[in-house]
Amino acid sequence: MLSNQKVAETLVKKFGDDVFDFEEPYGLLTLSTTREQILPMLEFLFNHEKIKGNFLTDLTGVHFPDWKGQEFAVVYHVHSLVHNFRLRIKVYLSEADLHIPSATPVYSSANWMERETYDFFGIIFDGHPNLIRILNIEEMDYFPMRKQYPLEDATREDKLDALFGR
Amino acid sequence: MVMEQPKTGEGGIILTNAEDLMNWARLSSLWPMGFGLACCAIEMMASFASHYDLERFGIFPRPSPRHSDVMIVAGTVTFKMADRVRRLYEQMPEPRYVISMGSCSNCGGPYWDHGYHVVKGVDRIIPVDVYVPGCPPRPEALIGGFMKLQEKIRREHPLAPTYLMEIMANEPVAAQSPAV
Repeated sequence: MLSNQKVAETLVKKFGDDVFDFEEPYGLLTLSTTREQILPMLEFLFNHEKIKGNFLTDLTGVHFPDWKGQEFAVVYHVHSLVHNFRLRIKVYLSEADLHIPSATPVYSSANWMERETYDFFGIIFDGHPNLIRILNIEEMDYFPMRKQYPLEDATREDKLDALFGR
Repeated sequence: MVMEQPKTGEGGIILTNAEDLMNWARLSSLWPMGFGLACCAIEMMASFASHYDLERFGIFPRPSPRHSDVMIVAGTVTFKMADRVRRLYEQMPEPRYVISMGSCSNCGGPYWDHGYHVVKGVDRIIPVDVYVPGCPPRPEALIGGFMKLQEKIRREHPLAPTYLMEIMANEPVAAQSPAV
């Protein structure tokens, strides 16, 4: 049975100072790494004989417009189907240099998820075989999930519950 | 059309005209194209299923646009889907009809103001015959939409040479030229 402690120690032993910011929100082991180490780390988790992180549950992006030098994050959820163990890896990127190596050499399923992340956040995955928009139209010239666009007006009154008999 | 007689099984004669017969045949076997885009499709599938049983009206989903008479646009039409909806519509043989089901395909619905990705009404892409309001409409509302479409088909004149008449109306000089 894998524990968060054991996996964290294994990763620290292998990658040293390149894994940091350990957290356990809701018991899910969460850690950060660098752009240079993410592909070796995914390969390590995939091939490790004890961990067997053979399934990439999710790959997505986050926008933090106020964090200077760390405006974007790419989040990987790795799942070991053998041990029912989950792990979350974050990589922070600066807006000036939105490049990260593609995870497609390790996980084929990363293909569409990286296209989606590119589509909505504009993060460029180097080495991706076909990095084009997947959900939005090809002609779109902006990245809609970035937080530079206003949210719905919070003061609007045409959606009050009372109007719908709730 | 004299079709209201009780079915006695004794045979007999029905007097009608070809136009009414064609309209009756068309409106009694409206085959929709089996595709759905969002939550409205769940209501549409419920309408097809045993509880509401659209097949009692001869409405039976087909797997190909080339078999279909009517397209139910059931759900949110995104810009990416708009090209595909248009292409599917063009693949349907004439006469073809479109039912726009639900607020999203009627006018953009909840995405009217804040949707960066939604076509503000499928009638900007393809001509719509019947709009069914609701978010999503209940199966009864979709059946009501089909009733409206049947009314529309009942009033059609499939045998009138409308296209020829249009050409004649647009080119009066050419029609008279031999005399000149």
